[in-house]
Amino acid sequence: MTGSLTPRAQRILRTGIVVKVLVASFLSCGQFAAAQAKNSCLDYHSSLPEPLGVSADVFSQNIHAQKGLTCAACHGGDASSDDPEKAMSRAAGWKGKIERSQIPELCASCHADAELMKKYNPRLRVDQFQQYKTSVHGQRWAEGESKVAVCTDCHGVHELRAPSDPRSKVHPANIATTCSHCHAGAEYMKPYGIKTDQFANYQESVHHEAMVVRGDLSAPTCTTCHGNHGATPPGVANVTNVCSNCHVFQAQLFDASPHRAVFAAGGFPGCVTCHSNHGIKHPTDEMIGMGEKAFCVQCHTEGDEGAKKAVAMHDRLASLAAAIAASDDLLDHAERQGMEVSQAKLQQAQARDALLKARVAVHSFRDVDLKRDTDAGLAIARQTRAAGEQAMAEWKFRRVGLGISVLAIAVAVIGLGLYIRNIEAS
Amino acid sequence: MASMASSVRSWLDERFHLEDLKALAQKKTVPLHRYSYWYFLGGMTLFLFGVQVITGVLLLLYYRPGADEAFESVQLIMTQVQFGWLIRSIHSWSANLLVFMAFAHLFSVLFLKSYRKPRELTWVSGVFLLFLMLGFGFSGYLLPWNTLSYFATKVGTEIPAQIPIVGRPILLFLRGGEEITGSTLTRMFGLHIAILPAIATFLIVLHLGMIQWFGMSVPPGIEADWGATPNRRREIRFFPNFVLRELMAWYVALGLLGALAALFPWTLGVKADLFAPAPAGIKPEWYFLFMFQTLKLIPAKILGLDGEVLGIIAFGLVGAIALLLPFLDRGNSSSSRRWVAGMACLFLGYMVAMTVYGWVAK
Amino acid sequence: MHSASSATAAATERQGLARRRFVNLLLGTGLLASAASFLYPILRYLVPPKLPDLGSDAVLAAKVSEMKPNTAKTFRFGSRPGLLVETAPGEYHAMSATCTHLGCTVQYRSDLHEIWCACHNGMYDLNGRNVSGPPPRPLEVFDVQVRGEDIFVRRRQEA
Repeated sequence: MTGSLTPRAQRILRTGIVVKVLVASFLSCGQFAAAQAKNSCLDYHSSLPEPLGVSADVFSQNIHAQKGLTCAACHGGDASSDDPEKAMSRAAGWKGKIERSQIPELCASCHADAELMKKYNPRLRVDQFQQYKTSVHGQRWAEGESKVAVCTDCHGVHELRAPSDPRSKVHPANIATTCSHCHAGAEYMKPYGIKTDQFANYQESVHHEAMVVRGDLSAPTCTTCHGNHGATPPGVANVTNVCSNCHVFQAQLFDASPHRAVFAAGGFPGCVTCHSNHGIKHPTDEMIGMGEKAFCVQCHTEGDEGAKKAVAMHDRLASLAAAIAASDDLLDHAERQGMEVSQAKLQQAQARDALLKARVAVHSFRDVDLKRDTDAGLAIARQTRAAGEQAMAEWKFRRVGLGISVLAIAVAVIGLGLYIRNIEAS
Repeated sequence: MASMASSVRSWLDERFHLEDLKALAQKKTVPLHRYSYWYFLGGMTLFLFGVQVITGVLLLLYYRPGADEAFESVQLIMTQVQFGWLIRSIHSWSANLLVFMAFAHLFSVLFLKSYRKPRELTWVSGVFLLFLMLGFGFSGYLLPWNTLSYFATKVGTEIPAQIPIVGRPILLFLRGGEEITGSTLTRMFGLHIAILPAIATFLIVLHLGMIQWFGMSVPPGIEADWGATPNRRREIRFFPNFVLRELMAWYVALGLLGALAALFPWTLGVKADLFAPAPAGIKPEWYFLFMFQTLKLIPAKILGLDGEVLGIIAFGLVGAIALLLPFLDRGNSSSSRRWVAGMACLFLGYMVAMTVYGWVAK
Repeated sequence: MHSASSATAAATERQGLARRRFVNLLLGTGLLASAASFLYPILRYLVPPKLPDLGSDAVLAAKVSEMKPNTAKTFRFGSRPGLLVETAPGEYHAMSATCTHLGCTVQYRSDLHEIWCACHNGMYDLNGRNVSGPPPRPLEVFDVQVRGEDIFVRRRQEA
């Protein structure tokens, strides 16, 4: 290339190339240096009102911006030029506003590219688009529906943050709210014929309480059971599998119980039959048995084999709970009277453990399994009750001791009085 | 047995002249008149103080001062130590009875005018002893380090802080700092078991010594009557007659304390949490209630001056008047007598009314 | 006549003496009994309680002789249960035995060499870290100090 030029020209050219390379690499370094890259689009659009405005503050918190990408990464164009003609030129690849239907493929153009994603975060998955296509959202999208969720509906667009950021729309604590934006809207969901009470129900559930009130981020939210990118309801036959990921024992016991085959045959949705799916409330002992709040009544009739077992199991749980409560009351009373019962109170924890285990054992629907746990619990409750009674006996003893000393004092006082009378009589 | 006792007695008598002391003691008499029963109150106060010393020393065997151990040590005493509940409850109940008895003794001496010449200093030492008992009550109240004690001490130390100029130094001295902390506990503990007992011992010895020196006072009316007709004068011997009667009273008091301790044991409460907000309706112990309630009711401004400060100054004045009473009322004329009795009655009524009000108020 | 009145006088005197003796007996009994009822509690009070008082931060968990390798013992730490595990001879781990999920008492699994909660299958490693199942937080780990035959467990002191 430099062969046809004079030696001086060759030198200048080479120097120029070196300089350009240096400058280019300097500039491209800027690409990887977070927020150092020139973003002429943002410079201008941050001062515009809605709908063309994008706040610079918000965009700076965008995970893509923090990794050094500019508007051009999604919208195309030339972000280094302040000249709108050049910045928004079709020749430079400027796409303008992205159509909803184009979003999944746009995002996938980077996020499904394993080689590319490795350069930014090797731990990130690259199958989201693949999963999306299997989901109900993805299937309808493929059919041309525009109302279904696409990437930006859940992840946000300019304010998009990493899922671990508590302000992200897909942070575990926020997922249910994000899904509810569509799924709780009766008007919006009308064409699809599915219920819109899931979010409301979920907010009353123990899972929501664990997540939001107790701050346990491992508690289930929508995506835990339905999946995130491949979101699909698990289906009646697979409910137990999904629940069993956390509730291992209950699922194992249920699978070994007579109900498994019966539920499968009847098309009942496993755990959901008794526990509901979204509005899962704290289970109570009243759920088993033949009482009015019990679920067994829905299939079993009074006096049949199952009903008898249900009643027996309910009675065992109730009697253990009552025994524990009685011991608690007695121990609290003794403590208030000033007696030392801390050892017995500690033992109560074991009785409560037994009750917890018994409530899990219920899922085998075999009375004999339940009996083991309730008997153990009852034995402990008996012991703690005895300790409480001993404490109150000691308390009574104090009063008896008082009575004795008061008697002794009375005798002494009377004796003194008589003695005084005696010595003064003489 | 009897011969051994008498040989011991003669051995001691050779060295300490016990027989002379005995003769002196036999001479001591107590006047007998319709107000003689009031003479028991002083001895009762002394007895209750003695109970406090004994139970206090016993508690000291297990109590640990220090913000992270005090509550737990009291819990140990109440739950683990044999009869710890009894000792602690007696100590708490006797404290209340002691303060009540000290006030009763003061008012009985006031109404019977026993503060007249030559017993002025006996009265002064007695008033100081009353202040000391209140100090004992205040310092001891913090020692269990529960929520009630913490906040009662908090409001209690805020009151003297209102006094102009000296108020803040007093607050810092009492609290051992700006806030109630473990330092306050240490300070109150030192006050309660060392400083106050030392001063109290000195004053009690002085007080009792002066009583022995001057003999028992007789109320003016009866004194005049006996002066006119000396054969009406009645007396009983201190040893053994009066002492035996006092012993009866002390036994009854002991029985009462035991009953209170067993039937209404003192509660443990909840450990003090320095960062918790004050529970509603916090008030100090009953013997400070009349002052506390007065300060709550005083308007914010009286004639342009701060109401609370005026209230505290007023109480200070009352305390000073009480202290200097023998010098203010020589007790010579019957009109001054009635005046003093009337004012004392009024003040007593005020204290009782304010205490009751403070108790029932939210 | 004279002898009759002296006889009544003597009788009265005997009666008086008997009465005095009775009163003295009553008084003596009363004083003794009441003194005993005061002294008995005080003497019992002076005897210290049996449990070694180590404050609320340290506890005598077990004796060296009662522990075997690959076994554990549940002991009382304040008002909550604690777990002492002996993994190898002389090597101990101690932690709170209250599961951080819903408060069940955990146990040591000698087959898995891990701490297990029987209620919902929570698993912790020997450093108390929650490794699987529902527990959201690790177990609080305690310090172990062996002195002679005694194994003491103490709350970790912040540096």
